[in-house]
Amino acid sequence: MEIIHLLLDGFGVALQPLNLLMIVLGVTVGLFIGAMPGLGSVNGVAILLPMTFLVPPTSAIIFLGAIYYGAMYGGAISSIMLGIPGASTAVATTFDGRPLALKGEADKALIAAATASFVGGTISVVLFTMFAPPLADFALGFGAPEEFALMMLAFATFVGLGGDDIPKTIFSICIGLVFGAVGLDIISGQPRLIFMDITGFMHGINFLVLAIGIYGIGEMLWVIEVNKGNVVVSQANISMKRTIQCFKELGRTTKTMVMGSVLGYFVGILPAAGATPGSLMAYGVAKTTADDPESFGKGNLNGVVAPEAANNAASTGSMLPMLTLGIPGSPTTAILLGGMVIWGLEPGPMLFVNEKEFVWGLIASLYAANLFALIINIGFIPFFIWILKLPFTIIAPIIFVLCIVGGFAPTKDMHDVWLMLIFGVVGYSMRKLDYPMAPAVLAIVLGPLAEPSLRQSLLISDGSFAIFFNRPIAGPITVVALILILLPLVKFFRRTTPSQEPL
Amino acid sequence: MRKAELVMAAVMAVFSLYLMYKSTELPIGWMKGKGPGGGAYPFWLSAAMLVSCIVIFVRGYLRKSPPSQSDETYMDRHTIKLFLLVAGSLTITIGLVHIIGMYFAVAIFLLYYLRYLGGHSWKLVGSFSVGFPTALFFFFEGALKITLPKGYAEPLFIPLYSIIY
Repeated sequence: MEIIHLLLDGFGVALQPLNLLMIVLGVTVGLFIGAMPGLGSVNGVAILLPMTFLVPPTSAIIFLGAIYYGAMYGGAISSIMLGIPGASTAVATTFDGRPLALKGEADKALIAAATASFVGGTISVVLFTMFAPPLADFALGFGAPEEFALMMLAFATFVGLGGDDIPKTIFSICIGLVFGAVGLDIISGQPRLIFMDITGFMHGINFLVLAIGIYGIGEMLWVIEVNKGNVVVSQANISMKRTIQCFKELGRTTKTMVMGSVLGYFVGILPAAGATPGSLMAYGVAKTTADDPESFGKGNLNGVVAPEAANNAASTGSMLPMLTLGIPGSPTTAILLGGMVIWGLEPGPMLFVNEKEFVWGLIASLYAANLFALIINIGFIPFFIWILKLPFTIIAPIIFVLCIVGGFAPTKDMHDVWLMLIFGVVGYSMRKLDYPMAPAVLAIVLGPLAEPSLRQSLLISDGSFAIFFNRPIAGPITVVALILILLPLVKFFRRTTPSQEPL
Repeated sequence: MRKAELVMAAVMAVFSLYLMYKSTELPIGWMKGKGPGGGAYPFWLSAAMLVSCIVIFVRGYLRKSPPSQSDETYMDRHTIKLFLLVAGSLTITIGLVHIIGMYFAVAIFLLYYLRYLGGHSWKLVGSFSVGFPTALFFFFEGALKITLPKGYAEPLFIPLYSIIY
């Protein structure tokens, strides 16, 4: 009952005029960013975070949370209308969404995607409301060893479940952690890793510099390279009669929607998994459990509904560890977590004790953001289709400019803008060689939190790593983390060693 | 692709070595009563980076990783041209910020990008190049109270300050 009370208080915060405005604005911006081919929630949140210094932290996170949701809805629009995923999270939506559009049923696919997103978002927020407070309560008892073990687990999921090249994933994690260590050593206060003795490194490398570099500049360079050819925008006929007809057909996909939502939510909680694999898995499950699997890929409505419900549910899922444990469940939530540090909040379970207004305002805003995203999405379908026809040569320079001013704003130092450009260019060249970028962004956010907990733990144990194994909660977490790291490593070397012998 | 893979791994290995060397400026061993020295954490992480780079290089050399098996060129002529035009103009823009300030540098960048790379009409180019920096000015200086660099163009902004302050 206490939860309902807190949630109602949260609605009191979320429905204040400023916050309501933030929700509507955030959802609209998110839909716009999601609909742009190549740009997703992480790009929008990274580039626009510096702009939120204008409003108080609660309004800022509500705005960014609404962008996150909006982008999940928006991704479907270009998947269906262009056949190009609007964001990686909407890849699975192209499988059946595009065939529907080619059959002249684009409106049906768009409405199905929006409705499924709404169902996925709502079911997952309800699950979130139920799980978050007990989990935060439980996490209140965590000490430094438990915190460090959890962070190890977060990184281990990238190695074990990420699916990218393993040495490149490990490299990406480590370089992010090292960049997070630049600046003053937190314990002795001595300057550390001041490259070429440039004083700009004294204040450390702000995570936003890396995030905007990679997800702003690097991503745009990537999109400019990939989007060389011309694309064809499908036509959508929208009328009241067809919409009502469409909702009737959607009734038959309820089971798929619920399945996608629950699956997406739980996959989203894992740091390395998130919305993209969640939606692909939901598509897979929908196809294998269907009575007519052969109709998938040819325009089956269930094939649109499953991934769209899952990617929205996953975005809520990824907020669960971020808010309760201080461990982000996705690159987007990593940036939100970094934002919380900038706003002067201490991420972790104490938020539920000290910052009730912030936490419950955010949770309540997610309910509202879902509703607004549905209304704005369906109400303005023609507008979002028009956006798809906007030439990229107008969007790109504007995003570049936002990156430059956004890189400057947090520290007011041109040094950071140069660094951001370097990260963008190097990140782009590394991404072309399959180096995953998300682990580095997660690492630079978590690094400054992980190092003190590691050093404190070792101080408690007088230098023995046994402390991570012999405590009742830290122990099992460390073991799972080690298994996740070692299993693929063993497989990796088994696979490579025999073929090396003949040489 | 294979060449790029090997070069990248080698460059990053050298960078890891530099990071390891840089970490040793602070003690990397155990300090009695204080725990690990300030350099230990980045030192061992950089060491892990170095090991990863060596594995990536060896796998690339043996053609075990996807990029080293690919016959595609890392960047074809067209991509290089586009990359240089975009990244180059960004570099020049950020350099210009130091001289003529953020707003004029942004205006010139928009003018160049929209007209030269985008081929848009002068009407659109003009309104964006003037309108967008103006909007940025009122948002940053007026609403956020963050002053962006103005370089030698500072005196031109004095009349505008009277509007926002």
